[in-house]
Order: sequence, then C-alpha cells, then structure tokens
Amino acid sequence: MRLTSVEALAKHREEARAAIEAYDCRILVCSGTGCVAAGAQKIYDKLVKLTENLDHVTIQMQKDVPHIGTMKTGCQGLCEYGPLVRVEPYDYQYVKVQEDDCEEILNETVLNGRPVERLFHQDGDEKYAHPMDIPFLNKQTRIVLENCGNIDAESIDEYIAAGGFSALAKAITEMTPEQVVDEVDKAGLRGRGGGGFPAGKKWKQVIRQKEKIRYVVCNGDEGDPGAFMDGSVMEGDPYKLIEGMLIAAYAVSAQDGYIYVRAEYPLSVKRLKHAIAQAEEYGLLGEGILGTDFNFTLHINRGAGAFVCGEGSALTASIEGNRGMPRVKPPRTVEKGLWEKPTVLNNVETYANVPKIILQGADWFRTIGTEGTPGTKTFSITGAIANTGLIEVPMGTTLREIIYDIGGGLKNNAKFKGVQIGGPSGGCLVEEHLDVPLDFDSVKKFNAIVGSGGLVVMDDSTCMVEVARFFMSFTQRESCGKCVPCREGTKRMLEILEKIVAGKGELEDLDRLEEMAQMVRSMALCGLGKSAPLPVISTLSTFRKEYEEHIIEKKCAAKVCTAMRKFIINPDLCKGCGKCLRNCPAGAINGAKKEAHSINTDLCIKCGACLENCAFDAVYVEA
Amino acid sequence: MLDQSYYQVADKIIERYGKKASALIPIMQDIQEEYRYLPGELLTYVAGQIGITEAKAFSVATFYENFSFEPKGKYVIKVCDGTACHVRKSMPVKEAFLKELELTGSKHTTDDMLFTVETVSCLGACGLAPTCTVNDEVHPKMTPEKAVELIHELRGEG
Repeated sequence: MRLTSVEALAKHREEARAAIEAYDCRILVCSGTGCVAAGAQKIYDKLVKLTENLDHVTIQMQKDVPHIGTMKTGCQGLCEYGPLVRVEPYDYQYVKVQEDDCEEILNETVLNGRPVERLFHQDGDEKYAHPMDIPFLNKQTRIVLENCGNIDAESIDEYIAAGGFSALAKAITEMTPEQVVDEVDKAGLRGRGGGGFPAGKKWKQVIRQKEKIRYVVCNGDEGDPGAFMDGSVMEGDPYKLIEGMLIAAYAVSAQDGYIYVRAEYPLSVKRLKHAIAQAEEYGLLGEGILGTDFNFTLHINRGAGAFVCGEGSALTASIEGNRGMPRVKPPRTVEKGLWEKPTVLNNVETYANVPKIILQGADWFRTIGTEGTPGTKTFSITGAIANTGLIEVPMGTTLREIIYDIGGGLKNNAKFKGVQIGGPSGGCLVEEHLDVPLDFDSVKKFNAIVGSGGLVVMDDSTCMVEVARFFMSFTQRESCGKCVPCREGTKRMLEILEKIVAGKGELEDLDRLEEMAQMVRSMALCGLGKSAPLPVISTLSTFRKEYEEHIIEKKCAAKVCTAMRKFIINPDLCKGCGKCLRNCPAGAINGAKKEAHSINTDLCIKCGACLENCAFDAVYVEA
Repeated sequence: MLDQSYYQVADKIIERYGKKASALIPIMQDIQEEYRYLPGELLTYVAGQIGITEAKAFSVATFYENFSFEPKGKYVIKVCDGTACHVRKSMPVKEAFLKELELTGSKHTTDDMLFTVETVSCLGACGLAPTCTVNDEVHPKMTPEKAVELIHELRGEG
C-alpha cells in the first residue's frame, strides 16, 4: 500500500489507531537485547501460542469480543529485571517473567483484569504495579525513547498510530528546506554522538556547498564499551531514526542516505531492514514521497569490527569499501564527506530528536535541558549500580539524581568511588562532581566528556589504575595505526600502565605518563586518538594517590591487581587437609597434615589456586 | 584449491551487491557468514570480479577485526569485555572457557573445529553483565562455572 499524500497518511493513521483500539488487551513483551538474552523470545512465543487459541475461541463465539494482541517492543529500560512484560489497558508491569508465569498472566490479567502481584517490581517492601510508579522510570523525561517499550518495533502502523511521520509530512508540505534547517538550528540541537557540535550549523554548511549531490549518513557505530543507547533506539524505534533522516535529507536536498550499524548489533540491523522495507512499501521512502517530488533512498551498512569507524571520515571511508582510517581535515565531512560529496553525518540519537523538534518547534525544545545544551540525553547506566539500564533525562541533570534517584544507588550499598563517563574517550567523575549539572560544556571542565552517554558506576572494589589500563588497552588495540602519536603513544602508555599494575612501577613513570598523555592529546590525527589519553589524565588527577600506592607500597587497595595480592591462610579456619598444598604450582605452601598451613609469600606467584581449592574458606586476600 | 561451489556462492553474493568497489565489505561479510571464515582464494576472485586489486581487497580484509582467514569453529563464543562486563569480572569467564577448551591467547579454535573463543568490546547487553554470545545468541550473567556448563551443553548437542 502506498500513501500518496499527506491526507492518505492521516487517514491511515486513523485506521491504525482504530485497529489498535480494537485490541481490548495488549501484551507488550520487551525485546531489547537485554531481555532477549534473559529469555524474552520464549515468553513471547508462549504468550502468542496461549492467546492464539483464545482468540480463535472468542471469535467463534461472538462478534466484537475483546481481542488480544501480543507485541514485541523495544527496550523498556529496566534491563536488570528482564524479561519485562506489560499488559494494557491495565498497565501492569511484570518483571523477571518466566515461561511458567505465562499461564497465570493469561488467566488472571488478560482474561480477568486482575494483577499478578508477585511479578511486580519490588524494592524493599514497596511493590510497583505500573511502570510509571517505578522511580527508575517516573524520574525520566522520554523524548527520544518515547516509543521504546510502547510500540511494536516491527510495525510501522503502530508508529504511525503514535503520531509517526507527521513531522515528515509537516516538513515536506508546509516548510521549505531552509525553514527546516532554521528550526533545528534555533532549537540548539547538538550532536549526541559525543562532540556536541550543533546539528543545525552542520546542516547549514552542507546547504551552502555548490555540489548538488549530497548524502545523509547516520552513525550507528556505537563502539564505546558500556554504551547501548543508540542500539536500543535502532531496535526499539527504528522508524523514528528513519523519519529523522528523511527530514534531514529534505533539509539538505539529499537523495541517498546510509545507516552504518556496528557489527555487534545484529538485532538493530534486522529491525532497520524490516522498517526500511515497510517504509518503502508505504511510499515513505523511495520516489515521490507522500506524493511530493521528494525522493530519498536509505541503505544499511554493517560495520566490521573497527572502533575507529565511529570517527566521521573513517566511517565514510568504510562505506566506500576502504580501510576505516580517518583522514586529515579540512576538508570537513560537510564539504567532502562520502564519495567526496557534502555529507550530513549525525548519530542515531541526534536524528531521533529531529521529528519532535519539527512537530513541536524549537521553543518547546529549548524549554528542556540547559541553556547551552537544550533537550534530553540518553544514558546507559551499568556497573556497580542497583538498577542497570537505559535512561533519558534532561540535559543538566546531576549525577546524584541519575545514580541515586533513578539508578537506586549502588549495588549492595557499596561505597561510591567514581563514574566512568564517555567510555574510552572519557574520564572519571567522583564524589565531588555528583552535583554538577551534566551537559557537554560542564563535564569538559573535569577532563571528561559526556560522549555518547555510557555511565559505568564503580564502587571501591574497582582499581582505578586497572581501569585506566583497561581503557588504554582498548584504544591501543583499536588504534588504526595511521598517525604516530596514537599508534606509538598509546602503546608506550599501555606499557607503563602494565608495569605499574604488575608492581614494577617507578615514580618517574607517572611523569612520563603525563607527558605522553599531553603529547597524544594534542598531536593525534583524529578524535579517537586525541581523546585516548583522557582516562589516564583524569584518573591521574583524581586518583593519583592510588597510582602512588601501587608504585611505592606495591599495594592495590581494591585487591584487583593480581601481582599485588597477598594470599594468607587463616589458621583458625584451616583444617590442614592439604588440598592447597597439592595444588600450589609454586610449592609455596607449607604445613603438616591436619595442622594449619601457611603460605610463603616470597615463593607465592599469586595465581589464586589455593583460594579456588580451599573447601573451608580459610584462604583470603590482603591488599 | 577450493571447490567450484565456493565460486558459485560468491557469484550469487556479488550479484546481490553489484560489481562495484564499495560492495567489497558487504560481500566479504556474506561470504564469511556462509563459511564462518573468508577463504583467501575466494577473496582474490572477488577482487577481480568487482574490479579492485588483490592488494586492496586484502588490505581492507585485514583491517577489520571481524574478518578471519582461518576457519572458525562451529560455535563461535564471543566473551564480552566491555567496561560494564569488565568491572563485573568478565575475564575469569574467558579464562574458564580457555581452560575448559585447552585454548590459549594465540590459539582461538579447538582442534575438532567445534569451538572458537574470541573477546569483543561490548555487545550492548550491559544490563546483564558479564555476558557472552554463542553464534550471536546472548548468554547473560556469566560465571566461570556457567561457562564450563555451557561448553558441556554445547558438546552434548554437537
């Protein structure tokens, strides 16, 4: 079916809404990566099977009886508690649903409207029946994620029913391309991929180019470890991304667009392919969109496992079929991007913001967030936090609100140590930064970046030196090798960090590390290289004492660094069974049978075999 | 020498994307999906077909981590070592896999061609850290014990 005019779209919207309302009961099964991993597919299949029979029976009995629909939705955010199931119209939110729970959900809720209380989300004595009762969700402002978890991620009709493509219709029939760009510019939308460059400015620069062949490219190569916001949008609401790109294409007169999705997101690729095919069928992609003379074709490119392809010029090189290596700029991507043509390159979340801006206007958008960075930001919060998951909050929200009000504080009430923000290109924020309003500009002052929005919370069982080493080994491995400062600099920095965690560090190493960090930061070719030393710079400035402890006292307070762990046998618990003695590869354990054993720390190679093998928990580690 | 059928499969895949230089990466991805690795001879053939030099094709294939010239096992296990998994102790999980399968840092595939173990940086399922995937199916909240169990389970199937 082709929608050949704005009126046809509006009419179809009414039909789609009516079709949804005909369902007296909708079961929404979260099918984000997290929930699928926890078994959502089995739950979905079982519910489909259970309700299939039911549907059949009721239809035979009479006309206009309650229908039941089971939908696969995108990420609902509470990844820790998957699989998630919600039943409408009662709006009951069930967590950690198992296959055996399906019958009860059917018999109680679907057929009789009664809640299954034992499946409610529980926090202490508090039980939450509805999603919006849960602090994790009701403290958020969802614009980009508004449909995630609320619509079937594989049904364009549901997106249209939820108001989808009305921004596109407005843009191409009521606005000129210049007006669209002006609106986005006025809204102050800044690129959500990390840099925070104003999207409107970027689009304006593309319009100014003489070359008439232009491209719109979406960066879905969300490579930062610990970040899954863009993946969740592509999985949960692919249509919003498509609509945002369509509007961008109209604004800059582009005819072709590319979405570059990272290789580790097979579900995103699947959903996007499906969404593009549906949009083509509806005449929302292709030639003569909604009966106008606007044409736009969208392609998907799968990444092949190179982190550096998240950098603009490397990404376009990869689409062209080359090695994904950044090039010297200028010329910038807006002048010579994909195939040397002017190119708009934004990330998933940036495009997903566009439809709402067109629909509700720049002034509305500016009421959210901060003066310098209007709008919201999605974050994925992970690590030592009670509620892991995907959130969206207004720019300017403080870390304290994110970690304690939304995230529910630290797991097992551990002591907060720091937050790694912005992935391997970012830095650490600590206790004293908890009340800083987060936006692109504020965080920069503390040697960190908002980046794409990965937040990894760390408690005092995390060793910051080891974390710095971890990130450095990541960027070193992912360095494309084109420029010397990054290729050699990261390698040498990694060597120093490895030396320190191995207990062989010297104090001069810290000066060398600092010097090299500044060198790489100022001289590397691309953003990846320039930001690679940030985790080191930031941990060195906030946790210098921890580095010094490693070097001077050869002590790792978090007991993470293997070389500095001291294994000790508690004589009161040791039964003298001799199991550790037999398993010690270094012959470092002494003791007579049935008498308490002891470890000779000079011989001990700290492998941990004794700890693993002790049946009486007599072996412990001292920092 | 590769069997003739490999070239027929390659032809079909090339047809899917067209004989142009920019089709190189998607073609290699589809070939790898088919055979679980990228046979070098086939890449030479593809280069000729889409009009690029052999050197160019190999330079691109070696740049990206996903392409492998070595055949991979029936089950490709990817252990996530993203930040969230790392701080929730993903490395002991990897070590458990390696130990159980008698693999090392440089030997990734078992001799019986059943298992390949790799490390990846973030699978995007951080809420369930530490995770791993077996042929793209995500296994949540792994422990060294669960890793050993998983291998036993897969061996039973295989």
